[in-house]
This record gives sequence, structure tokens and C-alpha cells, in this order.
Amino acid sequence: MTAAIELRGVGRRFGSVTALEQVSLAVAPGEFFALLGPSGSGKTTCLRLIAGFDRPTQGSVLLDGEDVTATPPFERNVNTVFQDYALFPHMSVADNVAYGLKVRGVPATARRRSALEVLGLVQLEELADRRPGQLSGGQKQRVALARALINRPKVLLLDEPLGALDLRLREEMQTELKTLQHRLGITFVYVTHDQGEALSMADRIAVFREGRIEQLDAPRVLYVRPRTAFVARFVGSANVVEAHVAARLTGEARPFAIRPELIEVLVPAQPVRAGAITCEGRLEDVQYHGAASRWHVRIDAGPVLTAARPESEPAGQMPAAGDRVLLAWSPESAVPLVEGPPIP
Amino acid sequence: MRSDRDWNRPSTGARIAAFAGLAFLHLPVWVILLYAFTTEDRTYQFPPPGLTLHWFAVAFAREDIWAALRLSLAVATVATAMALVLGTLAAFALARSRFRGREAVTLLFVLPIALPGIITGIALLSAFKLGGIQPGFWTIVTGHATFCIVIVYNNVIARLRRLPQSWIEASMDLGADGAQTFRYVLLPQIATALLAGGMLAFALSFDEIIVTLFTAGHERTLPIWFFNELFRPRERPITNVVAVTVVLVTLVPILLAYRLTRPGTTEPNL
Amino acid sequence: MMRVLSAKLYGRRGFYLALLLLPPLLWLGIVYLGSLLALLLQSLYAIDEFTARIVPELTLATYRQLLSHPANVDIILRTLGMAVAVTLAAAVIAFPVANYMARHAGPAMKGFFYVGVMMPMWTSYLVKVYAWRLVLAKQGILSWFVDQLGLTPALEGALAAPVVGGPSLASSYLGMFIVFVYMWLPFMILPLAAALERVPDSLLQASADLGARPGQTFRNVVLPLALPGLAAGSVFTFSLTLGDYIIPSVVGAPGYFIGMMVYQQQGTAGNIPLAAAFSVVPIVLIGLYLALAKRLGAFDAL
Repeated sequence: MTAAIELRGVGRRFGSVTALEQVSLAVAPGEFFALLGPSGSGKTTCLRLIAGFDRPTQGSVLLDGEDVTATPPFERNVNTVFQDYALFPHMSVADNVAYGLKVRGVPATARRRSALEVLGLVQLEELADRRPGQLSGGQKQRVALARALINRPKVLLLDEPLGALDLRLREEMQTELKTLQHRLGITFVYVTHDQGEALSMADRIAVFREGRIEQLDAPRVLYVRPRTAFVARFVGSANVVEAHVAARLTGEARPFAIRPELIEVLVPAQPVRAGAITCEGRLEDVQYHGAASRWHVRIDAGPVLTAARPESEPAGQMPAAGDRVLLAWSPESAVPLVEGPPIP
Repeated sequence: MRSDRDWNRPSTGARIAAFAGLAFLHLPVWVILLYAFTTEDRTYQFPPPGLTLHWFAVAFAREDIWAALRLSLAVATVATAMALVLGTLAAFALARSRFRGREAVTLLFVLPIALPGIITGIALLSAFKLGGIQPGFWTIVTGHATFCIVIVYNNVIARLRRLPQSWIEASMDLGADGAQTFRYVLLPQIATALLAGGMLAFALSFDEIIVTLFTAGHERTLPIWFFNELFRPRERPITNVVAVTVVLVTLVPILLAYRLTRPGTTEPNL
Repeated sequence: MMRVLSAKLYGRRGFYLALLLLPPLLWLGIVYLGSLLALLLQSLYAIDEFTARIVPELTLATYRQLLSHPANVDIILRTLGMAVAVTLAAAVIAFPVANYMARHAGPAMKGFFYVGVMMPMWTSYLVKVYAWRLVLAKQGILSWFVDQLGLTPALEGALAAPVVGGPSLASSYLGMFIVFVYMWLPFMILPLAAALERVPDSLLQASADLGARPGQTFRNVVLPLALPGLAAGSVFTFSLTLGDYIIPSVVGAPGYFIGMMVYQQQGTAGNIPLAAAFSVVPIVLIGLYLALAKRLGAFDAL
């Protein structure tokens, strides 16, 4: 099957700054594909190259197997939901939505009908004659979505579409977007810096760092088997244990990551499961986070490790800050990491 | 907000100074209005001994005033039209682009306003003399268009810079080519800036004297007519009437321009 | 057709840019910059004393003439002195107005002040000059007011002063100074108000909170932050005064100003090289002024 989107060795320089370097990826038709990374990591540049707002200085962009590297945005069958929505303030909601049809020469009555139909998809028909300025953030977001859908694109590009919404609305829209994507069967490329959003929505995630893809995998793989320290820390939280510390703990000088929820906290006298890796340390403090508490322990080998335990643990007498504790985890919980470039 | 400022209330002295400054700016304009109706025709006697509308009728019948007015309107119209085209093109080119030499080009587009008018005037005259060009209608227009471009450019570029780049991208993303994007998205957004820039340019051209005196040759625009009257004060009341008319003709477009550009900024785009 | 063209242009940003920029650039580049070069060229020509014709050969004779005649140097110094005095006075009068409209006035009052400052600024320049002639005339409105207030002796005393005085306000440097200040005042108020408006209230509150009295806050916080506005405004008042020739010829004492010399030399005297050389003086002075302001850090807070 031809990939809906394919990037082949794509790079983008702005003067002496490299925004994107040697990025290659293929997105399957109907896939929900997330570009995840901190700001400035190149994910938005990548999206703009797919949309055609910008051109790569290197490599090529293919849509549906066709090379579109030099094709302007108005000749590409992809549409974008902008971070700031980019609704035209001098047009009504219906005119905004119908814009894509208007510039293709569709007659007024036909495009009004289509606009109302698409607005129905996002439950906003009754606001068709309002101006964007009269809408709430969530409503604007839906209008932007409807407008991008009216041309029935094969690919929908979403640039931090929920970034401006508050938490509750964001969670609501996440579900709605996912449902809509299933219903329409459109390929989604979703830019976000929110790892939770990417994990919960995407089929696959490309983690960007400094203009390169650090890891490209399904969410579960990304979480359970991060390849580098950067991914381990950026996707969820993780203790990254450096090589020389690892050598003292396990005898093998290879860095590894361990998720806080996989570390057990015990008092020194407590029995340990056979085969577990253990280390002793001094409890620095305990942060209460509701469902779980985070225990910060400075281990004797040097660094501070964080363990996340449910409120009820550990049973028995609660250690206090300054007490000696024992940390334990099973060897398969520790994920060996490749030495990526150092994390600043 | 209000309470934020309360602790910072201006003293009575500061308030008086502010209002006195404003009153100072308005004093002469009202004087002209008053004098246009005076019955006294030889001196500047104050208070006027009586008021009359007679001088409006006299001024209305003067062919030399009408000729000067017609010339001024024609010059302002042509200069404004040229400025609208050239100033808008420049604003579009410079609004977002980055290229080597951009600073120099930007400087060039404010220089005609930044340097005193007399420089523009004598420079143009020097060039006309060197090129053997006879002064007349088109030399006046040339001078006016040069600074009117800057007015339009400033107004349009200020508006363009406030437009998010994403609007243009959204339009193209939805299938609009460059021309369609200009027509459906950009033009409606800059229309008021264009109108405001055009009206300011028109008012400035209509009133211009410093450059015009160098470039007009024997042509007489309304300001030149007025300037000559200042040294040959034959019919003071008529001069007063023309003064009032000029104030009204320039003030109306300026106030309209102010209203059109107001949302967002309170600063005028000189 | 349009679409094909548009698609072609989209890829060639530079070409598209050049297409837009070319007409206005040609106009300003050829007409305006060309004229400035012509001006410079003319100033490097000289007039033949006997035939009164311009000799198109490069020479510094005209500049020598400009700077060696004491009368010409007087004119330059007189104009410069007026420009400095006007700039200072405009700053002093503008500050309370700008400060009030930017920081104290409510939204409605602010709008009133902006319109109130802009309306006179955009009112016909010549009409304003003319109006001042009426105001300053011997029997005019100002002397009537002064008389009503019983201050006539004070006015006469001021007019009797050396240099600034004269037979009436309309024919004295004092009168000319008033008109200059009046004309350029809005150009000082608006940038100053814009600069003051950018000073966040929280800074003033922080200063007060840390124990500064209003005067100290003004000196240590408001004034330094208003400096760029003051600098921008002063560039206007300074440069406009240097270049003006209408006001000194309509109001004021008989002494010449740079602008008047430029106008007269190109007109009645027909000596374009000398007019051109004279007009180079304000350009140089404005350049020096900008350099000085920059050195003193006037634009640093921008």
C-alpha cells in the first residue's frame, strides 16, 4: 500500500540554523500519526513542509506516492487546523467553512449547504451566521476543524490544535477528534508537545529532538521500551541511571531507564523478592500526588531516584525523611538505553 | 484597573498643565474661525467689531481661488493614486520578507518624511534643473507622490504586520492561489488602512507648501495662493475665508482616517 | 491562468518580492535618491561671479563660500540655536500633556486627548502660521488679552529685551519661537505619550512599594523609560525647525535662517549651488544629532 505521506531524507535550514535534519518517515493511510517534541524540536517545521507552507532545503515530500516537494499548498490535497485557528475575522462561520469551496468556484447555494453539513459534523450548525469573534475558544476550534474538512482532504494536519484550550475542554476534544478520525477514515498528522495527548490518541508517535526523529514507535512501545534517555524522560517520567552508576548497581556499565511506578520502596529489614535489583539510600522527601506519592531517595551510589507508590504503601511503619530505605525492582523493568547525545 | 490608577492620581497642577497644553494647541484654529466672520477688513483688531457672512460670498466669486483649488485637488488626486499603488506594493514586499539590504530599503521608504521638506524640495529642483525639466503640474505631482508614498506605505505595513501569517497560509491551504488570497483575505483586511492612508496622503498633498514652492514653477496651488496673500495682504477677510475652507477640507478626511485606523492602535501612522 | 502563474511564483519568493518591490523602489531610488545626488552634485558646482551662470565642474568653492562668510555662519548658528531652544521648550510643554494622556486619563479622556492633539497637528500648516500672525499682531488677540490682564508693561519689557525682542511679538524672535514651539508640539507629544504608555503600571507600583516617593519614581523609573519617546520627538522638532523657511519669513525678526537662504538662493538669486550647499547643513546637523542621541543611549530602551 502506498504511504499517505512519505518524507525522504528531508532537511530544512534557515540560514545557519538547522531546523530539520535527515528526517524520513512514512504515514499509512488512515493512521493517526503524532509528531511529539519540545518547542523548537522541528515538529512544526516538519508539518509545514507537508502542508507546503515551506520547502525543504534537502530531500523530498511525497503525498500518496506523488512527489509534491515543489507543489504550492493550494495544489495539495491536505488541509491544516492551525494552532491559532486562523479563522478569517471578516467572514461568518459559514463563509469561513465554505472558503475552500468558494475558491474552487462552487456556487453559493451549494457551498452553503456543504458548509452546514460539515458544521453539523462538529455540532455547530446553529452558529453558522456568527462571526469568529463571537465564538468561544472551543467553538473556534471546531470551526477551524470543519473548515479544514470541507475539501475532503486525504490528510488532515493539526498543529497543536488543542493547545489554547483548558484542560477539561481539551480532554473532551481529544475524544471527539479520535472519534471523528475513525468515522471519516482520514489520515491525521498531529503536532503536540503534550506527551499524554500523543500517547492517548496516536497510533504511532515520532519523537523529535533538535531537528531529528529520536524514536518512532507505537505509544506502548515508546513508553515501555524508550530507546534513549531523552525519550525515556520526555514520554512519561523516568529515572535515567547513567552507565557508571549502573555498573555499581547491576555490574553492567550500560545506562538504563526505570519508571518510578516500577520501583518498590522497602524498609531495610524487609525481605526482597528473589532476583530483584536492590539499592539502599536515604529518603529525602515524599511528595503527595493524590493517587500516588513520589518518593525521592538519594541512593548510596550517588543519584536521586524517584519511586511512585500508591498511598497505602509501604505497609507498616512509614519511613520519614532522613530514614534509610531500600529500593527494589525486577531486572526486566529496567530498560537499557543507547547512548544518545547528552541531554543539556 | 481604576483602583490601580487611584493611588497614582495626578496632582491638580499636572492636570492643569495637561489641559493648558491642549488649549494652547487649539487657540489659533479657533481664532481663524472667528476672523473669517469679522466685519473689519484692514487690521487684525480683536475683538472683532462685528460679524458677517459677506466675505464667504466674495471669496466664492473669485476665479483665481477656484483655479488654485482645482489645481490643488487635481495634484492631490493624482499624487494619492500613485502613492496608493506604489506604497501598497512596497508594504507588501517589505512586511514580512527578509533579505540582504532590507534595512537600507526600509530607510529609503521613510527618508522623504524623515528629512525636512526643504531637502526634498531643493533636491527635486536640483534634479529638474540638471535634467532640463520645466516645472509644472507633473513636477508638483512628483514631489507630492514622493512623500505620499511614505504615508500609504506606513499605514499599510502597520496593518499587514498585525495580520497573522497563518491567515494567508490557511487560505492557500484551503486551495486559494495568490490572487484569490489577496482578494478574499488580504484586501478586506487592509481596506481601511488603504482608505486611511489615502485620505491622509490626500490631505497632506492638498496642504503642502514647503516642497511645492520649489517644484511649482509658475503654477499656483491653493497653499501657494495663500502664501502669496500673506505678503500682499490686500483682502484679509478673503484670506480668512479660504483659511477656514482649507481647514475643513483637510480635517474631514483626517478625522475619518483616524476613525478607520483606531481599533488596535491610538498612534497615527505619520 | 492566474493559478498557474501563482503556483510558479510561489516557488520563487525572491522573484515575486522583486516584482512587488521594483516599481516603488524605482520611484524612490531614481526620483528621490537621484534628486538627493543631484543636490549633492549641485552643491559641488559653483556659480561664475561675472556671468552668473553655473559652472558644471566639481569644486569646493561653494562650501568655502558658505563657511567663510561670517554672515552665513551667523545664519547657521541662529538656526541651530532656535532649533535647540524650540526642542527644549517643546519637551517641557509636551511632558505633562503626554504624561496625563498616557498614564492618568481614562479611556474616554485618552481618546479626547489624542484627537485633541492630532487635530491641530493635521490642520493646514499655512493656516496655522497665518493664524499666529493674527494672534501676535500689534492689535491682535494676544495683546488684547495681555491688556485685559493688565500685563502690558510685562510684554513691553519682554519685547525690549535684546536679541529676542522687537517692535511687536509678530516681528521678534520671541514670537517666532512661540510659533515654532506651537507648530511642532504635537510631534513631541505623540511619541512621548506612546513611550509613556508602554511603561507598565506595575513598574510604578513596584517603585512605590519599594519606598520611592512620586518624585523619585518619576526620576528613576518614568523618565529613563520615556527617553526613547523624548528622543524620537526631539528628532522631529529639531529637524523640522532646521528645515523650515515659511515661519521665519512670515513671523519674526529680519535675521535669516537656513531654510530662507535655500529658498532665496535658488529663487531670486538663482544660485542653486549655494542653495544646495546650504541645504546640506541641516542634513549634517540632523546626522550629528542622531549620532549624539544614540551615543547618549536615548534609543537603548526601545
